[in-house]
Amino acid sequence: MNTLDRKIINLLQKGFPLSEQPYLEVAEQLGIEESELIHRLADLLEKKTLSRFGPMYDAQKLGGAFSLVAINVPEEEYDRVTEIVNSFSEVAHNYRRDHDLNMWFVLATDTPEKIHAVNSQIEKMTGLKVYNMPKLDEYYIGLNLPV
Amino acid sequence: MDMKVKYRLPSLPKQAELDEVDQALITLIQRGLPLSPTPYADIGKKLELDETEVMQRIQKLKDDNVIKRFGVVVRHHELGYKANAMTVWNIPDERVTELGACMGQFDFVTLCYRRPRRLPEWPYNLFTMIHGKDREDVLANIEQLAKRCNLEPAEHKVLFSTRRFKQRGAIYR
Repeated sequence: MNTLDRKIINLLQKGFPLSEQPYLEVAEQLGIEESELIHRLADLLEKKTLSRFGPMYDAQKLGGAFSLVAINVPEEEYDRVTEIVNSFSEVAHNYRRDHDLNMWFVLATDTPEKIHAVNSQIEKMTGLKVYNMPKLDEYYIGLNLPV
Repeated sequence: MDMKVKYRLPSLPKQAELDEVDQALITLIQRGLPLSPTPYADIGKKLELDETEVMQRIQKLKDDNVIKRFGVVVRHHELGYKANAMTVWNIPDERVTELGACMGQFDFVTLCYRRPRRLPEWPYNLFTMIHGKDREDVLANIEQLAKRCNLEPAEHKVLFSTRRFKQRGAIYR
C-alpha cells in the first residue's frame, strides 16, 4: 500500500459525500484525478485491503438480534462442544479465549426470541451452562485506524 | 445439576421504520457503492428513483443510525493490526456511560459495549475490543487507555483469542 492509498483510506474512513459526483469531490480534496481515485479503490477492494466500500448497517435496526455468549468448557470436551455450537447456523463466529469462560461466540438471529431458543438448545445438547450477554448499550463503533 | 438459566432478552433499540423502497436500497448497496462517477444516479436507475431521492433516503438512514458508518471499512489484519484482545472491565454502573465514551475516543478501540454481569463468575460489564500490531502493542494500548481514562483501579481482564473456529459475515435480507 502506498502513500496515496493510505491518504485515501484515512480520508474515507471518516465518510463519503452524498453529492452528484462524490468521487470527483474526494479526488479534488486529495489533489488527484477522479479516475485515479476510482481505480485505487477498485484495487484496494480487489486486494481485500478494504472489506467494503459503502454503508455499514446497524443490524438491530434492521430487525435482527445479536448476543455474545460464553461457555466454560472442560478441556477434554472442547472439540465435542465446538462441534455442537458450530452446527447452529445462527452462530456467526466462535473464538477460543484464555479464561475459565473459554468459548465465546456471537449469535445472530432475526428475532430476540430465537436467541433464547438457540441458547436453550445449546445448553440441552452440551449439558453446560451458557452465559448470555446481549449488548445493553453501545458507546462507540469505529474502524477509524490510522494507516 | 440444575441447568436452568434465566435469560434476559436484549433491550433492542427501536426498529427503524423502513418502507419497501428503503429495503430495496439497503439490499442493493449492502455490498458496496458503485465505483462510477455518479453512483447515486446509477443506484436510482436500478430502483427507478431520481438521484436526489436516493441521496435523501441514504441521508435519512444515516440520521436514523440504520447506517452507522458510510465510507470505507478496512480489514485490520491486512493493515498490520494483527493482534486484538477482548478487554473487559468491571465499572461501577453509574460511571459506565462516562467511561465508555472516554474509551471510545481512542483509535485502537473498535468496539465498546455495556453488557450484563453474570455474577458471581463474571463481574465485567464493559466490553472493549483493543487492536494493536502485536500482543505487546495491544497491552501497551490497554495501559494507555487505563491511564488516560483514569481506569487504573478498575478490575479488568484481557482475553486474547487463541483460536478462531468460525467466521461468517452478516448478510441482511
